[in-house]
Amino acid sequence: MVVYSMTASIIDVHNLTKSYGQVQAIRGVSFSVQEGEVFGLLGPNGAGKTSTVEILEGLRPADGGIVSVCGLDPQASGDAYKQEIGAVLQSTALPEKIRVEEALTMFGSFYGRHRESEGLLRRFGLEEKRNAFYSQLSGGQKQRLALALSLVNDPRVLFLDEPTAGLDPQVRREIYEIISELKREKKTILLTTHYIEEAEKLCDHVAIVDQGRVIAQGTPRELKQRSAGTTRIELRLVRPEPDEALSRLEGVSDCRVADGAYVIHSTRVPQTIVALVKYLEAQGNELSSLEISSPSLEDVFLELTGRRLRD
Amino acid sequence: MRNAWTMTKMRMRLALRNRAFIFFSLVFPMLFLFLFLGLFARSNTSAVPYFLASVLALTVMGSFWGLSVQLVTFREQGILRRFRLTPVSAGAMLASSILSNYIMTLPTVIIEFVVARWIFHMVGWGNLWGIALLVTLGTVTFASLGLIVASVTNTMQETQMINQILWSAFLFLSGATLPLPMLPAWIQHVALFLPATYLVTGLERVLVGKVSALQIGPELLSLSVCAAIAFLVSQQVFRWEPEAKVSRRAKLWAASAIIPFLLLGVWESAEGNLRSTARTDYLSTERPSRITITPVK
Repeated sequence: MVVYSMTASIIDVHNLTKSYGQVQAIRGVSFSVQEGEVFGLLGPNGAGKTSTVEILEGLRPADGGIVSVCGLDPQASGDAYKQEIGAVLQSTALPEKIRVEEALTMFGSFYGRHRESEGLLRRFGLEEKRNAFYSQLSGGQKQRLALALSLVNDPRVLFLDEPTAGLDPQVRREIYEIISELKREKKTILLTTHYIEEAEKLCDHVAIVDQGRVIAQGTPRELKQRSAGTTRIELRLVRPEPDEALSRLEGVSDCRVADGAYVIHSTRVPQTIVALVKYLEAQGNELSSLEISSPSLEDVFLELTGRRLRD
Repeated sequence: MRNAWTMTKMRMRLALRNRAFIFFSLVFPMLFLFLFLGLFARSNTSAVPYFLASVLALTVMGSFWGLSVQLVTFREQGILRRFRLTPVSAGAMLASSILSNYIMTLPTVIIEFVVARWIFHMVGWGNLWGIALLVTLGTVTFASLGLIVASVTNTMQETQMINQILWSAFLFLSGATLPLPMLPAWIQHVALFLPATYLVTGLERVLVGKVSALQIGPELLSLSVCAAIAFLVSQQVFRWEPEAKVSRRAKLWAASAIIPFLLLGVWESAEGNLRSTARTDYLSTERPSRITITPVK
């Protein structure tokens, strides 16, 4: 077992690197997570989030850098480390014919310290499904079971890799509720997501990851301060216009094109809207949609990379 | 150890809920039993033990297919990686595969014996200790070989292809389906390099010749060495992750699993009497058939 010196952080990642052949998946990622906080790795698919988390879970070796979780090296600490962590993996399954309660009991039996399956069934709303086969569960129920299994050893640190990906909005809200509850219990959680709403709603701290690098990190509020004092106007036009022209409109601090939509940040919304309408009339163009909102982490990502998260 | 036993119990439960498992581990061997004892032994009771040996060998060797397919399925579906997060070791995972398969094979073996005795009027039970040892070592050997194949192939398609090749060799070159003495001399020499041959001839000797466990020492020793090495290699080449490529080291380990069979074949060719005992057991079987088959000398 390798034990690192105790630090204030429960997770420490310093200058982490990982390549798959010629592809550099992680290029010097560093961040720290304090005990009891929910830390989010936010980024598009292929940003290196899953590779980072799987290194922390001990499922992959890193090429370089230092990783410490609960003062332990995930690769070298064996069963002692496995007792300390719980995880919901992005791509995993259970045998089709295993029953829900059997799975909880069996996984619990692997650990020295474990929670009773009855309590987990109740907590995750799986009591009625206790005798159902895994193959008979819906997507949401499978994910609730995955969360229950991740807590079966009462871990200090929980890794949730895209826990709501592919789920419908209602189930996603159920999962948010469960994670919020874990947050209230002061469970340390490292969450990866490409959903802005998830990061904003659940995370105490967020690291925005793109192309294997952390491009910004802080609290959601701190990150959104980058766009402080501005309002977001997202619009679509019948015919395209040069974005430089829209950038020159009154009150506009920034204008970018993403997915065929123009995302404008304005410090004076009424003036910008009036100027926009006048400009479009002059050009013989029309609005096909217009949406005004407060800046989000999506805008931070757009500002930093010029791309949307879902690109 | 505790985790291996927990996994064993879980795997047995899963197997009993799987119709394909029930078919291939119980129904299919019974079809073989009735085919071999009903059709080939006909009403000749002294031929029953000889053909029962073939059926038992096929039942034991079935673990080769079953476990390799199950392991690849578990790996491809990401089931193994979920277990990897827990304190379950690769050894416990593999041992549970073999142990559950062994326990699930025993009822089939017993039913085959009972049917041979009560329906096909087999005289006596043969040497039960010898049979128990051969069935045990045979299961570990063939299950481990299946697990090696599962770990050195990347997809189910590759696994099935390799399985098909090896299975055909085990089936047709070992004496399990076609009696060894009937095969051309060069094939009999090739058979000496297959673990299946030692299982088949060992079972023939304890069932037909009713020899003691000591007298099948070479077969037991051969299968013991093969079982130990195959299990060790299966642990070395084991992969949890579906996308993890087969490493060069794993390939070397897999290749090393062939060494005991090579050494065994060379020794048996030079010093052993496996071919002659197989011929004796075959000839001792009274055959009422009008078709005369002359064994190859």
